[in-house]
Amino acid sequence: MDTLLLSRIQFAANISFHILFPTITIALGWVLLFFKMRFARTRERKWMDLYMFWVKVFALSFALGVVSGITMSFQFGTNWPGFMETVGNIAGPLLAYEVLTAFFLEAVFLGIMLFGASRVPGWLHTMATFLVAFGTTMSAFWILVLNSWMHTPAGYELVDGVVVATDWWAIIFNPSLPYRLAHMLLASGLTVAFLIAGLSAYRWLRGDRAPAVATGLRVGVMLGAVLIPIQILAGDMHGLNTLEHQPQKVAAMEGNWETQGNVPLLLFALPDEAARENRFEIGIPSLASIILKHDPAGVVPGLNDFVAEDGTAMHPPVAPVFWSFRVMVGIGMAMLVVAWAGVFLMWRRGADALPRPYLWGLTGMSFAGWGATLAGWYTTEIGRQPWLVQGVLTVEQAVGDIAAGMVLSTLIAYLAVYAVLMAAYIGVIFHLARRGGVLYEPVASPGMQPVTSAGIHPAE
Amino acid sequence: MFDPVALPFIFATLMGVSILLYVVLDGFDLGVGLLFPFAEEDERDRMIASIGPFWDANETWLVLAIGLLLVAFPVAHGDILTALYLPVAVMLIGLILRGVAFEFRAKAPLGHKRPWDVAFWAGSLMTALSQGFMLGMYVMGLEWTWPKVGFALLTAGALAVAYSFIGAGWVILKTDGALQRKAVGWAKGGIWGIVLGMGAVSAATPLVSQRIFDKWFSFPEVALLAPLPLVSGGLVVALWYALRRLPADGDRFAWFPFVGATALMVLGFCGMAYSFYPYIVPEKLTIWEAASSTEALSIILVGTLFVLPVIMGYTVLAYFIFRGKATKLSYD
Repeated sequence: MDTLLLSRIQFAANISFHILFPTITIALGWVLLFFKMRFARTRERKWMDLYMFWVKVFALSFALGVVSGITMSFQFGTNWPGFMETVGNIAGPLLAYEVLTAFFLEAVFLGIMLFGASRVPGWLHTMATFLVAFGTTMSAFWILVLNSWMHTPAGYELVDGVVVATDWWAIIFNPSLPYRLAHMLLASGLTVAFLIAGLSAYRWLRGDRAPAVATGLRVGVMLGAVLIPIQILAGDMHGLNTLEHQPQKVAAMEGNWETQGNVPLLLFALPDEAARENRFEIGIPSLASIILKHDPAGVVPGLNDFVAEDGTAMHPPVAPVFWSFRVMVGIGMAMLVVAWAGVFLMWRRGADALPRPYLWGLTGMSFAGWGATLAGWYTTEIGRQPWLVQGVLTVEQAVGDIAAGMVLSTLIAYLAVYAVLMAAYIGVIFHLARRGGVLYEPVASPGMQPVTSAGIHPAE
Repeated sequence: MFDPVALPFIFATLMGVSILLYVVLDGFDLGVGLLFPFAEEDERDRMIASIGPFWDANETWLVLAIGLLLVAFPVAHGDILTALYLPVAVMLIGLILRGVAFEFRAKAPLGHKRPWDVAFWAGSLMTALSQGFMLGMYVMGLEWTWPKVGFALLTAGALAVAYSFIGAGWVILKTDGALQRKAVGWAKGGIWGIVLGMGAVSAATPLVSQRIFDKWFSFPEVALLAPLPLVSGGLVVALWYALRRLPADGDRFAWFPFVGATALMVLGFCGMAYSFYPYIVPEKLTIWEAASSTEALSIILVGTLFVLPVIMGYTVLAYFIFRGKATKLSYD
């Protein structure tokens, strides 16, 4: 394998591993703030138990997110020097603002949030929790600004082959940012909703009847049920935005080769790039045209429009985009069914009388959000190929001149470390869930006791 | 818009300050990790407790430093990092291991604590060694020849020992009793790392480059710069003298080893900065040749000037909240 392919696999491996943890912490920070404020309001012990359980998951996820994120910041230089050399004038300030406004905020206040409850007044601890949640969200904002700009660049001009910023407002609020940001924040919310519901279901199945377990189930399922319809709507709008700015990506997602009307929505197909056609197509007639153009006869661009005169494809590889998209949508649909079935069952039977098969289903979907998030990112990122920055820089132009063997050796090392850490992470999460009910110790901290003490105000 | 000549200098200074803060701050928590094999299990818990609230923010200075290199000097960023590809990868894997071991050792099933302690130590060691190696390679002009790699291996060992020295200084400051006495012993064993490391870099740098030699050894520079090595030497003597008398009654001077080590690192860093200025890639690329556009630097500087004091403020707040001797870490 050559350096380009190996570098791409390495970057994909690193960023895939990394994104799993911010996906949890972005939304979990706000959920922790919610638990803390519910406790301040109601003085019910179960809210503090929920906070104490999930703050451990948060700390673990945060650490994994930080260390895998540091890897990312170095990879730009070690493997993709052409990226910063070409678009550094735009990517640089955006990354700098992420470090300055988000990383330090979350890192410093995380220490106070985790270990400071007995050392600072209650209001300051709540404030630290808020600032950590705010910091992770700001971090998501800045990095998605950069990512969106790479998909839909705006507000720049090329001077001697180097990108120079002309309009920062246009760069930050580039055409795909609002959709991508909403889609990712909702994905984070759904990931956390199903993680909370799944682990609570697991604890319930193991006979843990602490009040926090039933409440956790209810919070998780309700959050999922509220967010999934919004996410489907946001995803649809994101798709229409992509159709406008990156039609070749949508063509690959739909597996549509010819620009035509009455394009079917394919449920199954094996795209064959050599023959430039699909095999074993099963589809619903005209549905893709209806979704994308709101008209059965609507003309949808096809992949054959994106072939250079010498025959090089200027569209992404079709099968990975086609299938990642279907995996994402499939998991999303499963989330819709499971979350709304849960709401119905809770309405009819209560959160403490859910049928066991349903609880097993929820447990099985604990990490469903990860699957959908990764599949979604693969759709959009592979869908950008061969471009690194759409229309400005290809990945091939940006790759560094490193011996393939060297990239291969570091790739193997990263993969080995990630495999061990992934197993350890999931193992420890379920270990915490098992222990969560057994080690049921009284909360013994000033400032966080169920009785009103100095520093805590019910109005917080 | 700021002055296009001043901007690269300002950013080089900012990056230097970030690197220095990183070396001191993550230096002490890396050092604590390096000292793990010499401590008993309950001592390790206490050592972890002494760095628990800080390590994450400490590492963020590395992200800022590399971020500033990336955004302010994009050309140098590619040159330096592709030349240091392997040690960077070793460092990253080390940082991953120690960062996660920190969390896992406290949350994993009881029997798994020891392997995570080993991972914490191994990760700290990989990070310290690779950083020392990169320091040596940078001094040698980023060229992979055997004598230069040999020198880098020497600085790798020296920096690791230097980190363990400042780590021991931190433990002396943040603990008491038997662990504190033990840490005084560790510091005595580690002080030579700082001496050797600073000595090797000081001796080698002028020999590698005639330009740097002239910068130090022509008159009047040699007289003006004399305080740098003299103060460093004096500090080493004072540290050695203090370590033989610590711990003192009433915990007096428990702060001195850590502060002394910090001062040594600051002095060493100033010397290096003086040597290499104005180059960012040694002898190849100056900070002006490598800098981003004035426009991009201006927009970062506005944010930096506004945000950096705030960051400093809440960092000081965190150290103030967790002041005093370290107690058992708890989420309560």
